[in-house]
Amino acid sequence: MRSIYGVMAEFDNPTALVNAARAAREKGYRKLDAYSPFPIEELSDALHLHKNRLPLIVLAGGIVGGLAGYLMQYYVTVWDFPINIGGRPLHSWPAYIVITFEMTILLAAISAVLGLLALCGLPMLYHPAFNVPRFALASRNRFFLAIEAADPLFDARATPEFLETLGAKEVSEVAE
Amino acid sequence: MQAGIEGKLKHAPPIIAPGYTFGTVTDQIATVVLTRKTPLFWMAGFGVGFSLLLLFLWSVTVLLDKGVGVWGNRTPTMWGFDITNFVWWIGIGHAGTLISAILLLLNQRWRNSINRFAEAMTLFAVACAGMFPLLHLGRPWLFYWLFPYPNTMNVQPNFRSPLVWDVFAVSTYATVSLLFWYVGLMPDLATLRDRTRNPLARVIYGVMAMGWRGSARHWSVYETATLLLAGLATPLVLSVHTVVSFDFTIAIVPGWHSTFFPPYFVAGAIYSGFAMVLALAIPLRKAYGLQGLITDKHLDNCAKVMLATGLIVAYAYILETFTAWYSGNVYEQAAFWHRMTGPYASSYWLLVGCNIAAPQALWFKRVRGNAALLFCFSLVVLVGMWLERYVIIVSSLAQDYLPSAWGNFHATRWDWGTYLGTIGMFLFLFFVFIRLLPMISIFEVRTLLPQAKVGEEAQG
Repeated sequence: MRSIYGVMAEFDNPTALVNAARAAREKGYRKLDAYSPFPIEELSDALHLHKNRLPLIVLAGGIVGGLAGYLMQYYVTVWDFPINIGGRPLHSWPAYIVITFEMTILLAAISAVLGLLALCGLPMLYHPAFNVPRFALASRNRFFLAIEAADPLFDARATPEFLETLGAKEVSEVAE
Repeated sequence: MQAGIEGKLKHAPPIIAPGYTFGTVTDQIATVVLTRKTPLFWMAGFGVGFSLLLLFLWSVTVLLDKGVGVWGNRTPTMWGFDITNFVWWIGIGHAGTLISAILLLLNQRWRNSINRFAEAMTLFAVACAGMFPLLHLGRPWLFYWLFPYPNTMNVQPNFRSPLVWDVFAVSTYATVSLLFWYVGLMPDLATLRDRTRNPLARVIYGVMAMGWRGSARHWSVYETATLLLAGLATPLVLSVHTVVSFDFTIAIVPGWHSTFFPPYFVAGAIYSGFAMVLALAIPLRKAYGLQGLITDKHLDNCAKVMLATGLIVAYAYILETFTAWYSGNVYEQAAFWHRMTGPYASSYWLLVGCNIAAPQALWFKRVRGNAALLFCFSLVVLVGMWLERYVIIVSSLAQDYLPSAWGNFHATRWDWGTYLGTIGMFLFLFFVFIRLLPMISIFEVRTLLPQAKVGEEAQG
């Protein structure tokens, strides 16, 4: 038997997809993913996808940015290039606030985008899902549910049959 | 997102015209990009933009050849058109961020069909804005001196100067706007990748989409990322025009040295930005038949935001004048007296007419419902907001303390050439954008359709 990535079921509306995802999860499947042309809140619920580490990554990026911004100005104005203006303090922290703030936002935003890509495993130009010809419609108006062959409950015969019972328009094998 | 708000929205009037499906929405927006036929409207707009872009390149060439003296900047008006245009352009950009970030956080779902091109407008406006301080440097190729880096000259930027703050604020703004815009584009780039028949376009869109496949796991992180970016962009956008206003308020020039400039500038920025959104949306939806997606409701909402921010700006004008009088400071009082009666009086009263008097018509539903009229009003506001910055900058510098040091500003043809040139650059970039990328966020419009609601039996 040739190796496959899994099976994929096609649905034509978000409600059917959410129901199918919930049923598959209740059945015990864990290595499954759903594909939709827009974000569906209920789908994340059905697949238990609510926790991710992105906020933590962004917080870390913001803290690093803020510290870097402040320390950079401190270093330059106090150590590297001190200018005595009428005896005013070199460590003039109120003047540092703006750049500290901007650097906080800058690094937080950059880490949000890099974190998004890292957590999604993107860029990844090839994925087995693209082997399904009708999968091009996942970015238009069709909804897909895929169960991976790596799932312990996966069975080359039973899993597609199970997906058929969920009201799928079409169930197809996904080549590796 | 929040069940309570969603529930309330069910009874609200539809944001986009009825009868659309996921497929037709996708096709209508994607076809504008994927069609082989380029409409005449595009050719005309691009042509105007490209011609003016050439004027910009010509003006910049003259500027670099002869020096900043080709502009009208002379002592004491060392800031003229350049800084006026900088503030004007950067203000226009603010509406894009307001629509993409603040309205997202406020769950204003109507924004979904105008945020993409408004964000693009932000990017291009910031690019135009950036040209002016850069060119004003005199030796723009040494722009990196603005950033701290170890150098053999052993000098560093002065971090106590608002001009250096501006460098950080504007470059952060440009970077974050670009990131936000790109993240928003990824799912739509995947749509274009899957829909185009041109193999080269498929590769280019495919690489730009980074392999986006609409996975639920990705969407869940994506939604978090969008919310976080919106949360970061919101204070950022408010800070940018605040910092721009610091360029003035921290100076001791009468007419500039004022604590309420930050909110006044931010309101003015959003005011002119929404005017630009309307000035772009109205011809675009007509030319591409997008009235079903950018509906009269959108124009009405934008006009209301314009009216509200216009009223804040009007309040600022009144308060500014009152404060000058109430301060008892003869220089402040004289600055405002000169503004109203001096050499720049015509500009001042024209700006009052454009920014305060004219937009009062937006109180009437009939005006807000008439797209052509709204287009004219938005142009009036854009002119008015340009004049506002011109009057603040030039009239304050022209007559400050000692009459012996006074002098008026006279714009040269190269001032006009550079200014009109950046309008060309903006139009050029914008028309290239609408030809190559979806000008309306396809996936966000899909979520507006009634079919996107997950049925009751699935609520669990």
